[in-house]
Amino acid sequence: MTDTSLPQNAPRGSNSILATDARTKKRNAAEKRFRALGMGAIGIGLFFLIVLFTTIIRSGAPAFTRTVVDVQFTLTQAQYDEAEGTLFKTAAYADLFIAQLGEILAEQDVAADFDAESIERTLGKVGGTLREFYRANEDQLDQPVNFSLATSSRVDGYLKGRVTLEGIEDSRFLMASDLDLVDELQAAGVIKSEFNWPFITGADSGVDNPGGAGIGASVVGSFFMMLVVLALALPIGVAASIYLEEFAVQNRFTDLIEVNISNLAAVPSIVFGILGLAVFIQFAGLPQSAPLVGGLVLTLMTLPTIIISTRAALKAVPPSIREAALGVGASKMQTVFHHVLPLAMPGILTGTIIGLAQALGETAPLLLIGMVGFVARGYPDGFLTGFTEANSAMPAQIYTWAARADAAFYDKAWGGIIILLIFLMFMNILAVILRRRFERRW
Amino acid sequence: MPILWLFLIVLAIAAAGYVIGRSRAVASVGGDHRKMHSLASFYGSNVAIKVFVPAFLFTIAWLLVQPIVVNATVSDMIPEAAIADNSSRGLVMAEVRRIADGLDSAVAAGGMSADFARTPQTDLDDVTQRIKDAGGVVTSDITAPVLNAAQRYRAMNGTGNFIMSGLAILIALGGAWWGIRESHADFRARNTVETSIRALLIGAASIAILTTLGIVLSLIFNTIEFFRLYPAADFFFGTNWAPSFSGRGGSSDLGVLPLLWGTFYISIVALAVAVPIGLFAAIYLSEYASKRVRSVAKPLLEVLAGIPTIVYGLFALLTVGPLLLEIFGKDGLGWMQAGTAVMTAGLVMGIMLIPFVSSLSDDIINAVPQALRDGSYGLGATQSETIKQVVLPAALPGIVGAILLAASRAIGETMIVVLGAGAAARLSLNPFEAMTTVTAKIVSQLTGDADFASPEALVAFALGMTLFVITLALNVLALYIVRKYREQYE
Repeated sequence: MTDTSLPQNAPRGSNSILATDARTKKRNAAEKRFRALGMGAIGIGLFFLIVLFTTIIRSGAPAFTRTVVDVQFTLTQAQYDEAEGTLFKTAAYADLFIAQLGEILAEQDVAADFDAESIERTLGKVGGTLREFYRANEDQLDQPVNFSLATSSRVDGYLKGRVTLEGIEDSRFLMASDLDLVDELQAAGVIKSEFNWPFITGADSGVDNPGGAGIGASVVGSFFMMLVVLALALPIGVAASIYLEEFAVQNRFTDLIEVNISNLAAVPSIVFGILGLAVFIQFAGLPQSAPLVGGLVLTLMTLPTIIISTRAALKAVPPSIREAALGVGASKMQTVFHHVLPLAMPGILTGTIIGLAQALGETAPLLLIGMVGFVARGYPDGFLTGFTEANSAMPAQIYTWAARADAAFYDKAWGGIIILLIFLMFMNILAVILRRRFERRW
Repeated sequence: MPILWLFLIVLAIAAAGYVIGRSRAVASVGGDHRKMHSLASFYGSNVAIKVFVPAFLFTIAWLLVQPIVVNATVSDMIPEAAIADNSSRGLVMAEVRRIADGLDSAVAAGGMSADFARTPQTDLDDVTQRIKDAGGVVTSDITAPVLNAAQRYRAMNGTGNFIMSGLAILIALGGAWWGIRESHADFRARNTVETSIRALLIGAASIAILTTLGIVLSLIFNTIEFFRLYPAADFFFGTNWAPSFSGRGGSSDLGVLPLLWGTFYISIVALAVAVPIGLFAAIYLSEYASKRVRSVAKPLLEVLAGIPTIVYGLFALLTVGPLLLEIFGKDGLGWMQAGTAVMTAGLVMGIMLIPFVSSLSDDIINAVPQALRDGSYGLGATQSETIKQVVLPAALPGIVGAILLAASRAIGETMIVVLGAGAAARLSLNPFEAMTTVTAKIVSQLTGDADFASPEALVAFALGMTLFVITLALNVLALYIVRKYREQYE
């Protein structure tokens, strides 16, 4: 027996598979580095996402609150008659208001020093508001009425920390002394913060009144545009996809359509704006800034998206369905419209909603057809005029605010983005639910 | 709204035709449906289609031709002498149309009688005042030939609309008569209806071609018009972009090179951000990530692609710009003058493009057959070596295609550069300087006060044409590469 075993504790050679040599170590390290790079890339992407959303929420939140001065004001019949009798009626109301505000502050032991001008700079034209109220509600005379008077945008900014006492320069809009008054009002407890309904429901204000700007009118404009897109893009897109998927024979014409659709999907959106300007406004003479024109342009833009998803949905319906229908005597057309299309409907709707969401956020083409620079001061009068009357749209309104020089509008722009993203989120969630709930796997 | 009324009337005729056609066909066999060639509803639909489609097509054709004919006739009425030196026939025609609209609104508002608007007037100030009272816009003083032309324009449009409505209704009635006469049990109604529906489907599919045609034509015509006013060589090779603000002066420099440079510079910065991050994210997601990580990270990354570009624009203007200014501006390194710069726009655009690069590359990497990887593992390669030496080379053409698509996106992007890149056109290498792009200038030239027929506004169409050609070339190239690559493994 010459069996010899290997010495147990002899050093392993450099080519042993049990020891990691320098080269393997290097390769493994390279492997780890590569993996870390990949993880890092995803981390950076997600980091950007988080930064983006926190920025939006942090910057947009102030738009949803506004500060008001809550005061109880009583106007007697005698005071009313006297004020209506003077030459400067609103000034008379303002004087009465100032007197009562002084009393309220005195009750709280707050020594404040203000005059009609400082009140106008901090609270806007109080006299006008009061006069309007009492002229409309004469029965409210002689009894205390609670007024919530919105502070001016700069005072609002001061209370939200956007405007500071140090950084302020005296102007006709705001003086440093006004901020002292605001501090005193705050000490007296008459300044309150409340949810900014006028921002949600209101229309755009002019360039010099950031406080009163609201997004409501442009939401309506976007809504009308989406109606146009839905009414045109869905039927046209579905019809085109049915033709291409179910009927078209492979020939030059079909190829031409296919090439066109894939190219249109990648044409920059601004080019569609040029098309809208040249064809719909210049050539066809449709009105500028109208949701109808915006809707038409966005329809052409969304068509490729809808066609691509509809074709995928039609393709997913198994051929056995078609064969069964044809077998019991349905015509080709009946097969498609009675059997294939209903089965593909959830997929088609999902694609349509995603296309609509894309169209809702699109801005560039709207700039060219005049939906920017137009101040949407009110809601359209009726349903039909809503399509042709000049209006703004949500993204166009946000751009208008962002392009204004006054920083007070930036809050509004961020707030508008939150509203826009909420709409988009709902549409996408709806699409996901539709897909989860109704999509069939064959 | 006469068109709407016309539409409703034709629709009503179609509905009536449906009912009559259906009942006539049923009556022809005494109510025995089995003896009919097609289902009863097909006979009704046949009539409705014959009412609606010809009338509809006729109206569309009329509406397309009428403005051209009216414009040509009215345009001939304006004598050469009535066109001022610094004006053109197109501008005068725009004025004519404005006055015609003004007359319409003045009549509607009760500012003048319909008769007054129709007959030639001598007191032009009075007419101007009446139009202005009704909210009409009159830019310059109305002259006698222009007013005449405007009245002629109104008259021709009025008669034209009247004749169109009459003819459309006649055609609809004729279609109804034709369809109802056909409604017999022997008539192959289903075949006819299905052929029409098929034609309708083809028509819908052709909209894609029409859209492309519309884009190309509207760009080409206005570009030719531009080159008539401004030399093409100066546009393509000019290194200075300085449009005059008046909108009518002849002293504008409209060289495209600074804009193209800005466009490419910003796109390069954007791709420098998006390509490495997107590519590594795609590699990790497709090769390393567990199913759970993938199902969370991929949709989250794609959220970045679903955010509207206006959001990114605002992010660039109000967040990234000031942040960069703090680091590279006066108080920091001193390279940057203002928040809007190539770097600002490029960085933000890069973020936007990450999911674009990552999902396209992800699809392409996933399409590489597993056998290639297994072969590489079998030879002892590590996972990263397999990716670097086998998977990526195999996927390279597709990845190049994805990057080209992302580049075309970057070149065509508008909102981020409008808000984030600044407005000054310059040829500079400093990425912290403000530059501007083709898209941003299209917006500013078409939304400004410049008159529509001036070179300052028309240049936007030449810019659009440039943009369209560049992006189209990139897309076609990218699709060609991707398609060619796909064929390899299928």
